[in-house]
Amino acid sequence: MRIAVARTVAVLAASAGLVGVVACAPPEKDNAGSGSSAAVATSAAELGGLDKLIEEAKKEGQLNVIALPPDWANYGEIIKAFSAKYGIKVNSAQPDAASQDEINAANQLKGQSGAPDVFDLGDAVARANVPMFAPYKVTTFDEIPAALKATDGAWVNDYGGYMSIGYDSSKVPAPQSVADLLKPEYKGKVALNGDPTQAGAAFSGVVMAALGSGGSADDIAKGVDFFGQLKKNGNFLPVDPTPATIESGQTPVVIDWDYLNVAQGAKLKDKTTWKTVVPQGAVVGSYYVQAVSKDAPHPAAARLWQEFLYSDEGQNLWLAGGARPVRADAMDQAGTIDKTAYAALPVTTGEPVFLTEAQTAKAKETLTANWAKAVG
Amino acid sequence: MALVTHHPDPVAPAPGVRPLPARRRIRLPGGALLGVVPFFAYVVVFLAIPTLVVAIGAFTGDSGGFTLDNVARLGDSYILTAFGRSILLSAVTALVGAVLGALLGYALVTAKPDGLLRRVVTAASGVLAQFGGVTLAFAFIATIGLSGFVTEFLRDRVGVDIYASGVWLFELPGLLLVYTYFQIPLMVIVFLPALDGIRPQWREAAASLGGSTWQYWRMVAMPLLAPPFLGATLLLFANSFSAYATAAALVSQGSPIVPLQIRGALTSEVVLGQQNLGKAMALGMIVVVAIVMWLYALLQKRSAKWLG
Repeated sequence: MRIAVARTVAVLAASAGLVGVVACAPPEKDNAGSGSSAAVATSAAELGGLDKLIEEAKKEGQLNVIALPPDWANYGEIIKAFSAKYGIKVNSAQPDAASQDEINAANQLKGQSGAPDVFDLGDAVARANVPMFAPYKVTTFDEIPAALKATDGAWVNDYGGYMSIGYDSSKVPAPQSVADLLKPEYKGKVALNGDPTQAGAAFSGVVMAALGSGGSADDIAKGVDFFGQLKKNGNFLPVDPTPATIESGQTPVVIDWDYLNVAQGAKLKDKTTWKTVVPQGAVVGSYYVQAVSKDAPHPAAARLWQEFLYSDEGQNLWLAGGARPVRADAMDQAGTIDKTAYAALPVTTGEPVFLTEAQTAKAKETLTANWAKAVG
Repeated sequence: MALVTHHPDPVAPAPGVRPLPARRRIRLPGGALLGVVPFFAYVVVFLAIPTLVVAIGAFTGDSGGFTLDNVARLGDSYILTAFGRSILLSAVTALVGAVLGALLGYALVTAKPDGLLRRVVTAASGVLAQFGGVTLAFAFIATIGLSGFVTEFLRDRVGVDIYASGVWLFELPGLLLVYTYFQIPLMVIVFLPALDGIRPQWREAAASLGGSTWQYWRMVAMPLLAPPFLGATLLLFANSFSAYATAAALVSQGSPIVPLQIRGALTSEVVLGQQNLGKAMALGMIVVVAIVMWLYALLQKRSAKWLG
């Protein structure tokens, strides 16, 4: 029922969009995605080089992106820069949507000009929907670590971060490790960004707690126990942290991605002294996933967007937003990285841990069965 | 959920209570049937179809096809716990709300029927009974939240920390408090007409026949009030059992009650493909309410015998 209504609304919205496009765009030949050679190109070289791709993309003149909040990893600036550089209009739909909403939109708007061209997805949703992606290798594909891309370029990790502890240094002492948070100084002060059975960030927060309490990526039960203990000590705050709760001092300690904590600190620098630390020996990393939609209505613009994101310029723009771009190491060696922004990232000590698919599946089971018990 | 209660008493009906017409088959002319079409259409669209969608979805696998997996998963310990907590939360707030609401209602009936006190309290109840969701959650957070003004006042001026033993407002105890807040006024609204039906002359009659106060309550007022009281309590139970927005705005961890578990099943980006498990939980909620309704019918039959 709800889905049917949503679909109707989507169709109506899309048709309205269509009318809008028709009304204000210069007459051009209809380039339905599948018709152009860009739709099947797996690299710029196949089209005859980057210049040819730019030319095709400019002909399309538009790009549909979805679920990109302007204040998330600097996406607002990235969209502006891309638009200015190539003269392509970027239509940004539902900036606050979740990963699953991107997939739903692609399915519901399939074959229409308003469908999303590109995806920026959380890991779980991306893995579940690989058949919807068009394989494409950007020019800098070889500089991306092998573990962070599909061999055929169907999906590529784009930017990521490490789980961190953000804290208001005027209210609490600086935590050195995960275990520090159990101390009485943190009574009623520690919040986790979301419910780990629902939100990716919180899920990784529990993994970080597991690593910091003698658990491992294979068995995160100790992470659940840690939060159980945190609650028993009266330190756990079952409140969803937002910029408002941080500013008002309700959530003096927040477990969240470092790029989000760093961004909070920058935003509130006149009001609070918000610092970010990645705990020693519990470095949990996770990257988001970038992919081109198989049914992209603007296949050339979609591929050019990828080229832009993985160019030095695009990677440095993500870095400016506190996120760690996937080519950071290669750019650091080549000296093309924005050194100031790179140095401003929280320091990490220890080998970062990235969960494998099997580990993630096992961790989910542990969480689903035990989380409510531990913090309920 | 209309709760129709019949007066079981042979005494003259109270003012404002229309006597039931004698049983007679009335043939509706076609024109009169047309009049109820909008109502039936409304019921089909907003009640029958969603219920069917839930019932069918509960037995549908992730990739289509019939399955019992979703219903079997209702036996998982975390879901059972959520059901237990939901039932406990609803039962406690319904009973507390019903008793306090009934007492408040009784106090109101003894006041002047068109007096200021009664008008103010009924108007306020009408507003507060519908004052739920995010607004109510925010009102509590702003008042007795972590940096609510009452919390701060007590901590700084009186030296009492209401959260010394944990942040209970954002857990089950908080839900008990906040739900009770809208249950009491709802009880006042739905129970007041029944209280109005009790006529002072009956009390005088009982007294003049030598009955004590206890005997009057035990033999006259309680038998009359028991069915509407039970019915109203049931309404309160269903009201809090299905409440979602208030809890969603207050509780962000652990999903202690079923509506929040359903939210998790529908929107989780960590565990995918649980939409139909959510529908199975919704079906479970429908079953719980159906059982409570059946118990209520049973109880009413019994109480009619026991009191009559």
